[in-house]
Parts: sequence; structure tokens; C-alpha cells
Amino acid sequence: MILTEKEITERLEGLDLPPSIKEAMQIELKGVPVSSEQLEEIVSQVASDYEHSKVEPCEAVGVVAAQSIGEPGTQMTMRTFHYAGVAEINVTLGLPRLIEIVDARKIPSTPTMTIKLNQDYAHDRDLAREVAWAIESTSILHLGSIATDLAEMNVIIELNPDAMEQRKITVDEVASRLKEETKREVSQNGNQLIMTPEESSYRELLQLVEKIKRLSLKGVEGLKRVVIRKEGDEYILYTEGSSIKRVMQFEGVDPTRIKTNNINEIGEVLGIEAARNAIINEATDTLREQGLSVDVRHIMLVADIMTVDGELKQIGRHGVSGEKASVLARAAFEVTVNHILDAAIRGDVDDLKGVTENVIVGQPIQLGTGDVTLVASKR
Amino acid sequence: MTKFAIKDHEMVPEHVLLTPEESAVVLKGFGIVAPQLPKIHVSDPAAKEIGAKVGDVIKVIRKSTTAKQSIFYRLVID
Repeated sequence: MILTEKEITERLEGLDLPPSIKEAMQIELKGVPVSSEQLEEIVSQVASDYEHSKVEPCEAVGVVAAQSIGEPGTQMTMRTFHYAGVAEINVTLGLPRLIEIVDARKIPSTPTMTIKLNQDYAHDRDLAREVAWAIESTSILHLGSIATDLAEMNVIIELNPDAMEQRKITVDEVASRLKEETKREVSQNGNQLIMTPEESSYRELLQLVEKIKRLSLKGVEGLKRVVIRKEGDEYILYTEGSSIKRVMQFEGVDPTRIKTNNINEIGEVLGIEAARNAIINEATDTLREQGLSVDVRHIMLVADIMTVDGELKQIGRHGVSGEKASVLARAAFEVTVNHILDAAIRGDVDDLKGVTENVIVGQPIQLGTGDVTLVASKR
Repeated sequence: MTKFAIKDHEMVPEHVLLTPEESAVVLKGFGIVAPQLPKIHVSDPAAKEIGAKVGDVIKVIRKSTTAKQSIFYRLVID
């Protein structure tokens, strides 16, 4: 008796196996004539293979993950800091980037966003360009020149009408932004703006010029550059600087596909689960870019540990290693004397439950067969 | 400005708020108590969106590259 496709599907659905395995079986069994007994045989073979390939209880997955990421890490480029990868935008790659990820640094050394656009905008170069200009932080130097008049003790800003047209900003807007930020009067004369410092001193004058130069007149502060690249048939924006929360709100930006390499920012804006995904993606991309293949399960473990408490924790002194319950384990990691001294003052107790502390005292470690104990029931 | 739901972002997996009965079943299945679960803050944007309160258990349906889909649980903490 040959089973129909529907019967096979029903049988497979009920199995306690990961969806990916069920799906693979479904594809393999498509159009293959199998009887009920044969299907049972296949199912039991697959199930036992799956059970076999699972991690054994008490296996040291953490050590295996550390080794599996660490060994290829030795082959990574020590300092790849150049304009690699995406068009002219500087991104940290290689070992420094990997360290940055596991350190859960608040701000990465080269924050960058990948912004995908909405349907209507993604295929039109001019519209994409408009979005880019809208989000890019515009300073006075993008719009014209700034000069000081020492005789009159004032600052003269010459605005270029073409540049302003391009960036969709008017003289009035520039003037009001300047007034708002510097709290000084701005006198307007055609395309010329004149400002005077509070005190009529040379120092004040130069300080005012510096302040004006640093001001972000339009766009998102911190987004120093925006580059447009065509990938496939879609225009994608790459930025120097990152602020997903603000960029999400711009017209034309697809908020569901915006990305940043700042993992902490993702954690804040999209939550801890998104941050976990970001760690996995960033770490795999960094490794892959270097031509190294590390099984994603190791990286998943690292990401899980970093996010288990609901906030991003680094792998290191101020995170995973520093929060270990055991005094001896912490002392074995870094600043030994301080840990032991603090523990002595507080009168801490070490339960000797972990691996490190048992190695230190010379007991069998609780790993693999060492973690199995015999319990006798009283009759 | 377009209104945007965090759950729509491609990097955010589905978060499901469990009822106390459902979470009791989950905990029993693992043979653990709630504080042993991984945590999520109430202030977490994804938790806020589904209206989670401290003490609730959130079921996260992750897209996995190895298993296609995997289930994870987090306890909502302060």
C-alpha cells in the first residue's frame, strides 16, 4: 500500500523534530512511493540520527564554542581598518570588529547603518538621493562659506543658493536654526548672514565660528556621510554614523529593514531578541568576510549568553566572567588578589560547583561523566 | 512620520505573552522555577509592545538558521 502525499505530511507533522528536518524529509519523500512500514522505518532512522547528533548532557559546549571561534580568530587580519567593503565608507573588520562585538561596546569604532527604502523610493535614483540629503547632517560648510571680519568683529556667512536648493533648506531656516542654537541675533542680508559674538573679543569671535561650523542645521545629527549604492535593482543607503531611531521616521525609509552595526542601539530600539540576532549576524558576517567558516551554533551560544539577563553583557571582566558566582573562578580570570581580598572581607563562600574552582582545588570537575552522581533511594 | 511597530522589523522575532496557566505548563515541562528562565526587561521595546508585566513569561518564536524555528522563553523582570 503506497501512502499518499497527504498521509506522509500528516505523519511528519506529528513528529518531535525541528521544522527544518521535517521540511527536508518532506522534500525527499515527494513523489517517492513509500508504504506505511517504510515510512515508519525512515522516520525512526531519522529520529535516531537526530538524537545521536544532539549535544550530550554535561558536554562542555562553552569551551568548544570558545575554541571554535578562537582558533579561526588567530588567522584573522590583525588590523583591517581601511576602506574595505562598502563604497568609501570606513568599517572596522576582522579581529578588531570581532572583539568589539563580544565586548558589547556602547558605540562601535565605526558606526554605520544600512538603510533600505520603501517600494516607491527604492527603484528611483532621484528619490533615493532626496532621502539621503534629508537624513545627512548638513553643516554650514555644506551650504556656503564662513568668514570673520576683524574690523567689525562679526561673523559673515555667505550661503550658496544652489547648495541650499539641493539640500532643500532656505536662508530663513538657516538663520532661525543658528539663532536657536547660538542664542545670538542673526541679521540677514540676501544670501548673507551676519552674527556678532556676545563680547567683542577675538576669542569669542573664533569660538562662535567653531560653534557654527559644528552645528547640524538639517538632517540627523551624527550622520556625517550618506552613500547611495545600487544592489540588484534596489538603491540602498549606507551611512557613516548611526541613529536608527531617528532615521526610521523619515519619509521613504523602510523601518522594517533598517540595519546598524551598533548592537547596543539595536538592543535599545528593537529589544534584546533583536540584539541577539544582531550579534549572530554581525559575528558571522565578520568571520565570513575573512574567509573563515565557524558553525553558527557556537556564535548562537555566545549571543545567548550575552543576552540571557535581558541586557547586553560583554564576555569579559564587566560581564559574563566578572559575574560568576564562584570567587575562585573570578580570581582565576583577572585581578586575582582583589577578588580574593574582597571575598575574605565579605566572608564569601565558594560552593565549588563550577569547573574552574574544582580544577583549582584538585577535585574532579563537574563535566561529562564527572557531573553524573548516583542517588540511592531509601527503602 | 509613519507609525512603525517594532514587531514588524525583520530582526525582531515574534513575542507571545503567555497566560499564567500556559507558563506553569512550560515551567513544569522544564522542571524549573520562573527565576531560572532567561530574562527580559519590562522596558524592552518588544516586551512593551505586547503589554508584558513583571512576572509574565514571554514565548519567543525565533527564526533559526539551523532548526528553521525555535522556541525560547523569557521571564519579564524589572
